[in-house]
Parts: sequence; C-alpha cells; structure tokens
Amino acid sequence: MKELTISLSPHVHSGRTLDRCMWNVVIALIPTFAVAVWTFGAPALWVVLTSVAACLATEYAIERWLFHRPCTLTNGSALITGLLLGFNLPSILPLWMVIIGGVVAVGIGKMSFGGLGQNIWNPALVGRVFLLLSFPAAMTTWPAVQSGMDAATGATVQADASTGATLLAQLNAGHDSMDGAHLMDMLVGHMNGSLGEVGSIAILLGLVYLLCTRTITWHIPVSVLASAAFFSWAFGGNPLLDLLAGGLLLGAVFMATDYVTSPMTHAGQILFGICIGAITMVIRRFGSYPEGVSFAILLMNSFVPLINRYMHPHVLGERRKKK
Amino acid sequence: MKTFRRGGVHPDPSKITADVPIAPLAASAKVELPLSQCIGAPSVPVVKPGDAVVAGQMVAKAGGFVGAPVHSPVSGTVKKIEKTRSPQGLWQETVIIEADPESVNPQPLAGRADELKPEDLKLEPSEIVKRISEAGIVGLGGATFPTHVKLSIPDGKKAEMIIINGAECEPYLTCDDRLMRTCAAQIISGTKLLMRAVGVDRAIVGIEENKPEAIEAMRFAATVSPGIEVVELKKRYPQGGEKQLIEALTGREVPMGGLPVDVGCVVDNVATAYAVFDAVCRRRPLTQRVVTVTGPSLTNPGNFLVPFGTPISRLIEAAGGLPDDTGKVIAGGPMMGRAVSNLDAPTTKGLGGILVLPESMSRRPAVQPCIRCAKCVEACPMGLEPYLLASLSRLGRYEDAARRTIMGCIECGCCSYSCPSGRPILDFIKLGKLNLRKKK
Repeated sequence: MKELTISLSPHVHSGRTLDRCMWNVVIALIPTFAVAVWTFGAPALWVVLTSVAACLATEYAIERWLFHRPCTLTNGSALITGLLLGFNLPSILPLWMVIIGGVVAVGIGKMSFGGLGQNIWNPALVGRVFLLLSFPAAMTTWPAVQSGMDAATGATVQADASTGATLLAQLNAGHDSMDGAHLMDMLVGHMNGSLGEVGSIAILLGLVYLLCTRTITWHIPVSVLASAAFFSWAFGGNPLLDLLAGGLLLGAVFMATDYVTSPMTHAGQILFGICIGAITMVIRRFGSYPEGVSFAILLMNSFVPLINRYMHPHVLGERRKKK
Repeated sequence: MKTFRRGGVHPDPSKITADVPIAPLAASAKVELPLSQCIGAPSVPVVKPGDAVVAGQMVAKAGGFVGAPVHSPVSGTVKKIEKTRSPQGLWQETVIIEADPESVNPQPLAGRADELKPEDLKLEPSEIVKRISEAGIVGLGGATFPTHVKLSIPDGKKAEMIIINGAECEPYLTCDDRLMRTCAAQIISGTKLLMRAVGVDRAIVGIEENKPEAIEAMRFAATVSPGIEVVELKKRYPQGGEKQLIEALTGREVPMGGLPVDVGCVVDNVATAYAVFDAVCRRRPLTQRVVTVTGPSLTNPGNFLVPFGTPISRLIEAAGGLPDDTGKVIAGGPMMGRAVSNLDAPTTKGLGGILVLPESMSRRPAVQPCIRCAKCVEACPMGLEPYLLASLSRLGRYEDAARRTIMGCIECGCCSYSCPSGRPILDFIKLGKLNLRKKK
C-alpha cells in the first residue's frame, strides 16, 4: 500500500514563510533606498552596497566556519541588517568604517547571541551606535544638500562633500523656525542627514506596504510617532518637525518593528513604542546628542524581555474566573 | 456581521464539495463498530458472537452516565468482538457484524413527510433526554461528547439558550452545509426539542457567511418558529469553536476551565440537532451520518450518507479511489483532523470528513528559528501565548506552562498555521497538555 504521511494537526500552513516576511521588508525599503541615491548620488549607493556586502559576508563566514550550520543568507535577514545599517550612515562615511559597522552589526549584534531570533538588540543599530561612539566626527558629518527649490526648477541636485549641519542639529542649537519650503524638502528628501532618514514620503510608502502585506501591525510605528509628537509638543517643540527630521520615521517604521527585538503582545508593543517616543524626545531636547532614536530603540530593546514577562494578552474567559 | 473578538486565521475554504448533494453509500458486508465512539466510558457489549441482530438494535450499552450506547446500522450476525486498529492505528475493542446484503443501505434522510408532530413537543423534557440518551447521540461536530449529558443541566446552573453550530469553519468540510440545505426543517425541529429538553425559549443558529444557501434554507425553516434566530457569521477560523461561537453570538465568555452552561448556553452541532429529531420523532438510533470525502486530487469528491462501521477505504473508493499522488489521508478537516494510517478502519460517530491530500501538500514547511514575530500570539483565539507555551513544554517545564494556561488551548492550530518559521508550536503544546494530564 501507499505510504501515508502521519503528522499532528494542523495539516495546512498559511504559506507565509519567514523568507517572505523578510523579503517584504526588503521591498518596503526600496523607495527609501531610491530617495537616498537620488539625494546623495553615487556615494550613497556605495555606502549601502558596502554595508550589505559586509553584513552578508560576516553572516556567511560565521555560519560556515564557526557555527558549521547551513547557510541562511537567502532568508534576507542579513540583507535587511545591511540595508538598515547603510541607511543609518552619512553618505560620505569612509567605506572602511562602513565595513567595520557591518561586521559589528552582524558579528556582535546578531551572531554572538546565536544567530537569527536570538539577539536582544537590533543588529543594525548596534552597528550604527558602535560607529557613532568610535568615530563621532565622521558619523556626524553630512554633505550639504541644495535647497529643494533647485530641484523644483529642474536643476540637478548635487551632493558635495562639504559639511552641513542637519536640521535637528540646527534645532538643537536653538533655531526653531520652519517654513513651507523646509517642510517640502523634508517630505521629499532634500535635507541633510543619514541616507535613509531623508525621504519621509518614501518611508511612509514602505510603511503602507508593510501594513498592507500584514508584515507588521500598526501598533509599534503609530505608538512611537504619536508618543514622539506628544512629547515634542509637551517640551515646547514643533511636533511635525520632530517627526519628519532625523531618523524618527525610519526608526519607527523599520527599526523598532524588528520582530526579534520587539515585544510579543500588542499592549506590550504599544508600551514599547510610547517609551521609544518619549526617550527619543528627552534625548533630543535635553541630551547632548541631536539624535536619540537609535539610543531609545536600543534601550527599549533591553526592556523587551521584561515587557514580555509582565504583559500578557487577555485570556478568553479569564476575567470571569477572578470574580 | 458577528464574529469572535481575538485571534483567528483565514485559511482557504476549499469547499469543493459544497454543491455535491448527499449520496447514500451502502455499508460493506463486514460492519465494524468500535466500542469507544464518544468521549467518556467505552460502551459495554450486550451481544455475543453468533447472535443475530436487526438494524437499529443496540449492540453495546453506555459504559456510564458519560457514555453512549452503540447500535447496529445493519441486520446480520455478530461474528466477533475483538480488538481492531483505529484510523490512527491504535487498538480498540470492536463488535464485528456480518451484514445481510439487503440491509446494508443507509436509512433515507428525513423528507418533507417527516415533520415534527404536535404531540412530540408536548413530551416531558426528561422523556426527550431519555430518548436522546437511548439513541446513542453524541456531539457530531467531532468532539463526540454525549448529548444527554449536556442536556442534564447541573444543579445551580441555568440554561438560557440553545446554540446550534452550523459554522463549519474547517476548510474542505461540507457535510453540515449539505445537511442544512437538505434537512433544514428537521434541524429546526431538533432544535425545538433541544429547547424543550432544557426548558428554554430561545435558540441561535450560527452559520458562516460562505454558506448562503444553508442560511436561506435555515431562515426559511425557522420563520414560523419564534425564539429561533439564524445568524450569519463572518468567515473566520475557528468560528465554530464552542467558546468562539458563544462569544460571537452572545458576547459572553465561557470562564477558563468552565462549561458553556456557566454562561447559560448549551451548544450542539446541526448534525446533532438532526439526530435528535430522528431519535425523538422517528425513534431512530444514531447509526449513520453524512461524511464529506474530499481532496484536491479526488476524481469524485462528495458528501455521503454512510452507516457507521463502513471502512474509510470504501468511502475513498466512492469518491473515485485513492489518487496516485496521495500523500496524506486525514480524518476530519485540515486544521484539526487527525492523520490516518489505517484506511481499513471503520467510520464512527465523530467522523465528519475524509480529506485526501496530495504529496505536495502533505509535508510541513522546514523548521526555522523562532523570530519572535508574535504572529502566533495574534492568531490565538484563546488569547494565549503559543510561542511561550511551546518553549516551556519543549523544556519540560509543564507546571510553568500550566500557570500560563496551557490547558486553555483548544488545539485549533491557528498558531502552527500562521508561524512563518514553520515551527511545530501546537505539537509541543499538545505534548505539554498530555504530560500535565498524566501527572494528575
């Protein structure tokens, strides 16, 4: 007789695999990548490619020669780390620093914990913060980007390698004004900053894609942004400016939502998001760094096990039992 | 549209047999009647080898209050009482009857002439419960809990309504759908008898939206019945889970570890309601049921009215035979059904479907590390944390799992279904529950 397969139920699967989830994130990152290259030109391309290559190579080397495990590069997770790390760097960062960032991100941020699913902190942010603390000057030097008015009239936008302060740095220094042209620049990506921070509309496009494909839920991005807007207002800032400037959007959409390092319940995710928003605004307003999203996310990553321990979903029928 | 509040998944309904009318299928010459056909005590044989039996005769009595008798669907001679293999290959005590060739056909389903007679509704509630108990009726949705036990409301509890489960949320299965389309009037009559049996004047029939014909038929049958409401439910698995159905229809939450009657509900499947009608009005014991035989590669999938004790292989033959690409045969639906290893095993009261899956759909996805995406937590209709329960169970920390309500798991399979890493979440949860039950 024919051999029949025996297994426990369920006998069907949604077909939504780990690889699919990861590649959805990669697709969602494409618009941001495009805006980065459009804004900063070829250097941006080189930074991102170098970062991706460093991350993939590190993962491959460690799995092959240290862990002796089958290669898992195709699941896209190292690729995402590479892309996100690249997006968190200035376009004129020396490429050898980018390589160091990639090695640290995957090697220490992820593989030292045992690989995919085991890490406590977002690997890309581990890489970025490592670079920020090691090379503070290089990490806060951005190319000056011409005003969006030039782009509107059809002039090519050229990123030259002179130093320019980001909007956030200006804000921190006390310039608290914003006009319509500025806002437009921020939406389409004509401002200073790290590669992936500049194109707000592109990031929001990615968010819409992630939500539509149900790769992530709204809880983390919405709570991060709402909380940041609230605390910006509470500290006397301009909420809209705070949302659009710097890495807040990128962090809220792509970094805080990292499966591995975010809480397991919706309530936990909202608490996680609110705290990230609050810490970000505290660092921006009262800290010495102009930018606080990376630190806020890493800090809250550390609290995820605690959140998971104490925040559980409501079990059907449990409330009545307590009565 | 009504639905339950948390969790749930949307598997492809694949109701390929929804438009195939119920066809009678004769039993084979050898009828095997296992003695454990319900949750509860196994039945005790009241016949011995060599005895002649007639169709409808009791061959085994209930093994206790929580138990049900077993009746022979055919006339013939008792050959043996011995252990045979269940569909899963486990040994089970079985009465084997050699059937007279002229008695192997199933009894026809109730037609228009078989209506509820006014005097039936004047029966004492205790008489209705007695007839149900004597007919060997158990929950035909698959749980096989003896129906008369559900109808015996414990002291201090009060039933407020009967809930009839016509959700049929399992993909592929269409036996309840077809029965509702064919015998709506009898199901409504059975519902009225159930209402009288527990002394309530209200009943709700819940049917998923993807069965519009069944909803229409049931609504039509219920038009002249005040107190019976037919409610359309959202298509979402596990809409037909007892606790989810109660929540969807009434908004009430069955307490953890409690019974539906704790929130005033008694839940019965549509097939059970039909069996109640048959038992009370036509004095017919439960000896047959509608079974969906389906699968993507079957040439003639359909819904068959088949006497208990018929081999599963005979049902598959009726559906066109086992396809060459068969990889797995499942007793029940794809979400909660059990894989079959013994195709010669007989059909029983709890078997509502045979699903034949091709080789390409028989393998699980490769297991990858948990990426803590929380999809299992989102999908769990009970509000549990499957990833945590599975890990605790894998580590042997069953008591810790019990503190996180592992016993509240209804084994619907939404967690494993939605896990991107293809992890065997439900397998480990089942293991944990098994070990906890053993310890007690």
